[in-house]
Amino acid sequence: MSAQSWFAVRKELSPKRRMFLGILSFVIPLAIWCLVSYVPFIWHPMVQVTDPGSVSYFTPGMLLEHEVFEREAEAAKEKGEAQPTGEPANPIYLPAPHQVAKAMYTAFTTEPKRRDEKWLHESLGNSIYVIAMGFLISSLFGVPLGILAGTYDVFSRLNEPFVEFFRYLPAPAFGALAVAVLGINEAPKIAIIFIGTFFQQVLVIANTTRKLDPSLLEAAMTLGAKRTSLLFRVVIPGIIVDLYKDQRILLGWAWTYLIVAEMIGASSGITWFITQQARYKNFENVYAAIFMIGVLGLTTDLLLAWIGRRIFPWQRSIAR
Amino acid sequence: MTQIQLPSYREQSPEVRARFERLKTRPVILEVQDLCKDFDTRQGRVTALRDINLTVHRREFVCVIGPSGCGKSTLIRMLAGLETQSSGQVLLDGQPVSGPGPDRGMVFQGYTLFPWLTVKQNVMFGLQVSGRSGLPEPTALQWIDLVGLSKFSDAYPHQLSGGMKQRVAIARALANQPRILLMDEPFGALDAQTRGRMQAYLLDIWKNIDVTILFITHDLDEAIYLADRILVLKAHPGEVQELIEVPVPHPRNPKQFLSPEFLATKARLEELIHPPQAETAGLSEDHLNMVRMVAVDDVVPEVY
Ligand SMILES: Nc1ncnc2c1ncn2[C@@H]1O[C@H](COP(=O)(O)OP(=O)(O)O)[C@@H](O)[C@H]1O
Ligand SMILES: [Mg+2]
Repeated sequence: MSAQSWFAVRKELSPKRRMFLGILSFVIPLAIWCLVSYVPFIWHPMVQVTDPGSVSYFTPGMLLEHEVFEREAEAAKEKGEAQPTGEPANPIYLPAPHQVAKAMYTAFTTEPKRRDEKWLHESLGNSIYVIAMGFLISSLFGVPLGILAGTYDVFSRLNEPFVEFFRYLPAPAFGALAVAVLGINEAPKIAIIFIGTFFQQVLVIANTTRKLDPSLLEAAMTLGAKRTSLLFRVVIPGIIVDLYKDQRILLGWAWTYLIVAEMIGASSGITWFITQQARYKNFENVYAAIFMIGVLGLTTDLLLAWIGRRIFPWQRSIAR
Repeated sequence: MTQIQLPSYREQSPEVRARFERLKTRPVILEVQDLCKDFDTRQGRVTALRDINLTVHRREFVCVIGPSGCGKSTLIRMLAGLETQSSGQVLLDGQPVSGPGPDRGMVFQGYTLFPWLTVKQNVMFGLQVSGRSGLPEPTALQWIDLVGLSKFSDAYPHQLSGGMKQRVAIARALANQPRILLMDEPFGALDAQTRGRMQAYLLDIWKNIDVTILFITHDLDEAIYLADRILVLKAHPGEVQELIEVPVPHPRNPKQFLSPEFLATKARLEELIHPPQAETAGLSEDHLNMVRMVAVDDVVPEVY
C-alpha cells in the first residue's frame, strides 16, 4: 500500500486516496478561509468598535480603518476622556464561513423586501430556466450541425469558416441587440446563452466526430453499410459517448454566460438576487448565492456523469 | 552450418499435383488485371504497386507475403474497394469492382469491432444494413457458435481477449456470406500460441464453408501452413516476384512444419524476401559497433 508512490507519473491512485484528495481539495480553501476569518492577527485590516467611549460618531458594531480608530483613540487619550475600544475585524465584503453557512439557509426563508420582488428559490428557478432553454435550443441546432460538419467535408467547408469567425465575437456584445429585437424579458437572455454556446458547440462536436476511428467506417462499408446507415449506425453511436462528455463541458460554459445574460434588459434570476443583496451590503447572502450556483453546477455534472455510465454500458470499464 | 538436402519447392507429390489440376478447373472468383497504384505525396508520386496480376479460384486459399511497406495492405484495400486503383481492374465473378460491398468481407489487423455493440449485435450488423432476407438474430448466433463464442454473445468487445475479438470479426465478415474473405494480417497482433490456434480455426472454417480466402501475412510459416498458393511481392515498387504453389499436402497440421516440402518452401520464401546479397550488404550497417563494457575482474567476466 505505502509502496505505491503519491507522485507516480500518470498512474492512478487508489480509490481511497482519490477520495481523500477529493475531499482535501475542498477542505484546503475552506481552512484558509477559516484562518483568515477566525484568527485575529491574520489580516483583519479593520477595527470593529465595541465601546464608542467619548468619540461622538462611533457606534457599537461600527467598522473602521485601523488608522482612523487609532487617531480618535489617541485624541481621546490626550483630552483625558474615555477611550473607545474595538477588536480587529475583516471588511464587510469578507464574511466568516459560519455567516455564509447561515445565509445559505436564511436566504431561502427571508421574505423579499418588496412585493414585486422574488424569493431566492424563484430567482434560482428563473436562472435554471434561462440556462436550460438556451442550452436546449443551441443543442437542437448545434449537435446535428456539428455531426454533419464532422462527417461530410461539404458541411465542414460551408460552416466552419463562418462559425470560427463568429465564435470570436463576445456573446455579451450582442446584449443590446438582443434586447432591441427580443424585448427585455427572458428571450434576450436565452439568446445570449445560445450565442455563447452554439458556435463553440458546432466546432467541438465537429472535432469529436472527426476523431472517430476511420477503420470503423471502413469495416462498416465492407459489411455493406451505405450513406444513411453509416451515419446512423456507425458515426453517431461511435461518437455518442464523447459527444455526451462534450455536452457536459459545454453546459458548464453555458453557466458562465448566465451572469452576463441576466444583466441584460431587466435584471433577473440569481444575478438580480446577487446585485440586490450586494446593494443592501448583505455580503453573506451574495456568497451564499454564488456558492449555490457552484453547488448546482457540480451536482448537475455529477448527475449527468452518473447517467452517462448507466446509458453507455459498453463504456463502464473505460469511462469514470 | 550443415547443409540439409531439401527437395525443390517445385516438386509436388502426385496427389498435390492432382489437387492443383482440379483447383484450376474451378470457377474463377477474383481476377486482378494489371493493377497499379500510385500515391501522390508531398515528396512526389510514389508507386506502391505495379502490374499486379492474380487469378483466384473458388474456395482457394491464397496468401500474400512480402516485406513491410511493399503494398500488401494497399492491394487488399483495393480489392475491398476502400482504395481506388490508378490503373488496371479487379473483377469479382467477372464484374468490375467499384467501392466496398458486402460481397467482399474484410478482417483487419486491428479487429475494428464496434465497441458499442455486443458480440451478437456486431455479427448482426452486416445482415441488418444490407437488408438481407431471413432473421438476423438466429443467423448471427449460428455464426457465433461456429467460432465458438456462444457464451459471449452478449458481451461487449472490450471484455474479450484479442483472439476472441478476431474470431468475432471473422464471424461478422462471414455472416454476410461474402464471395471472398479478405484478411489483412489478422493474427499479427496475437501472441504465438493464440495465433497457432487461430490458424487451425481458420483452416477448419475454410474447410467447412463455401468461402474463398485471400490472406495477407508477413509470417512465412503462417503463409505456408495456410495457403494453397502464395503470392510473393517485392518492395519499391510493389511487384509480383513469384506465385508459389505450396507443395505441402492437405489437410494441414502443425506436424508438417518440419516436413521437407514445408522447409523447402520456406527456404525459397526466405530467399525471395531476404535476398542473400542484401543480407551481407545490410549486415555492415546493422552490425552494432560494440566494445567490451564489462570489467575484467567482474564476478561474471565471460558468458561462454
Ligand atoms: N495513403 C497513402 N498515402 C501515401 N502513401 C501511402 C499511403 N498508403 C500507403 N502508402 C505507401 O505505400 C506503400 C505500401 O504501403 P502498405 O500497403 O501499407 O504496405 P504493407 O501493408 O505491405 O506494409 C508504403 O510505402 C506506404 O508508405
Ligand atoms: Mg500492412
